[in-house]
Amino acid sequence: MKDFGFTIIKQRTIDYDQFDGRLLNEVLEMEPSFKVCLSCGGCTATCSAGDLVSFNVRRMNLLLRRGETIELESEIQKCMLCGKCMLVCPRGINLRNVIMLIKKSIAKYKPVNS
Amino acid sequence: MNKEGKIQVWQDYQKEIADDRYFYVRSCIRQNFFPGAEQTFLKILRSELGKDIYENPHHTTCSGIGYHSDIVPFDTIQTIVARQFALMTEAGYQNLAVSCITSFGIYNEIIETWKEHPAELEKVRNYLKSATGRKFEIPQNVAHAGDIIYKFRENIAARKKFSLINQQTGKPLKFVEHIGCHYSKMFPSKGVGGAEFPYVLVGMIESWGGEVIDYPERRHCCGFGFRQYLVMSNRGYSVSNSRKKFESMEPYKPDAIVSNCPGCPMFMDRWQYVIEEMEGKTYGENGQGIPVLTYEELAGLVLGYNPWDMGMQMHQTNVEPLLNKMGIPYNPDLKYATKEGRQIGKPTMVSCGC
Repeated sequence: MKDFGFTIIKQRTIDYDQFDGRLLNEVLEMEPSFKVCLSCGGCTATCSAGDLVSFNVRRMNLLLRRGETIELESEIQKCMLCGKCMLVCPRGINLRNVIMLIKKSIAKYKPVNS
Repeated sequence: MNKEGKIQVWQDYQKEIADDRYFYVRSCIRQNFFPGAEQTFLKILRSELGKDIYENPHHTTCSGIGYHSDIVPFDTIQTIVARQFALMTEAGYQNLAVSCITSFGIYNEIIETWKEHPAELEKVRNYLKSATGRKFEIPQNVAHAGDIIYKFRENIAARKKFSLINQQTGKPLKFVEHIGCHYSKMFPSKGVGGAEFPYVLVGMIESWGGEVIDYPERRHCCGFGFRQYLVMSNRGYSVSNSRKKFESMEPYKPDAIVSNCPGCPMFMDRWQYVIEEMEGKTYGENGQGIPVLTYEELAGLVLGYNPWDMGMQMHQTNVEPLLNKMGIPYNPDLKYATKEGRQIGKPTMVSCGC
């Protein structure tokens, strides 16, 4: 690759024509309570891991719903499964189960050559 | 809406374009990157359309690049523009024909400023008078050179030697038309079709037999942006914008890109080469790039002008695929030859798609 002194920035566009919703659908089917998330961020505010590293439960939700599987995989590795997020969730979502379901199935839905 | 209603609404999106007697002001960068485009425009107006168009070699840059880079203050650019108007007034012309989209935006911005703030106009009159002793009148009509070609597109169509038809398939060639941001996004009423439905290039392409592609990122900026380009490390922003457009237009298989701006064709032309070098990706057919033309070059091709006389060998992305499709004869051996036939040497940098 020739060096011109600058780089080409990766696109941040989410192309919904290319959207792969299989992982999201599987998680919603196995943990229907996740459907009622209102993205208040209470989970993120109380997160033990988020206090130590840049982990954000609400961002995890966003990545899952956008089908950004590669970023999602590295994000959920930071969760310690302490469950404090579940204690504060105003909708009573079983977030620990959501993370476990993602961990269990994400390998199946990762893009090839990722 | 009924047809009469549509016609009525469309009238609101038209602009007045002077019919004759133009004072021409050139672009700074087009003379370097598309050196034959402006000369082709003058040739079309004088030889084909019989118009009176005058340019004064003493006219200068409008200083728009410096202005948009926060180097040239507003008072300075106003005075420079006033000097251009003084040259026009002294030559006895009232209609300004502007080659550059940046300049077009600058002239309109300053004229609008003077309308809204007459004190600024008086101040600039005094600045110019004390600096040069000149006086000026505000142009009655400011048209971009592309507006003038648009106005006379049917006259050009009547004299055409080649159509925008693929000679191998008999189908219309597919064009991406790209409007410079400063053409109608700043002052929508100053552009044909306004900011919502810019029609200036579409009108030309359709009149000359081609077809326009409507792709998702059609109105996205080419990525030029003075501050994005002037600092080398920022150029990634510029090329990323262009790539966004290329990715978006690629599925529609365009035969060429046409633009009415100095910066847009330059970057869409050069960045195709850069993307090929950096990522190995090309966007045209058979590993080639998508030829990028100015509207004058397109008009020149339609009128049968020699592509090498119009300086099309200066393009980074080769134009031969388009010439072949249009059935335009050309001599590859003369691509890098002077008028007298002397070879000037091929560029050492490989073009996109080679």
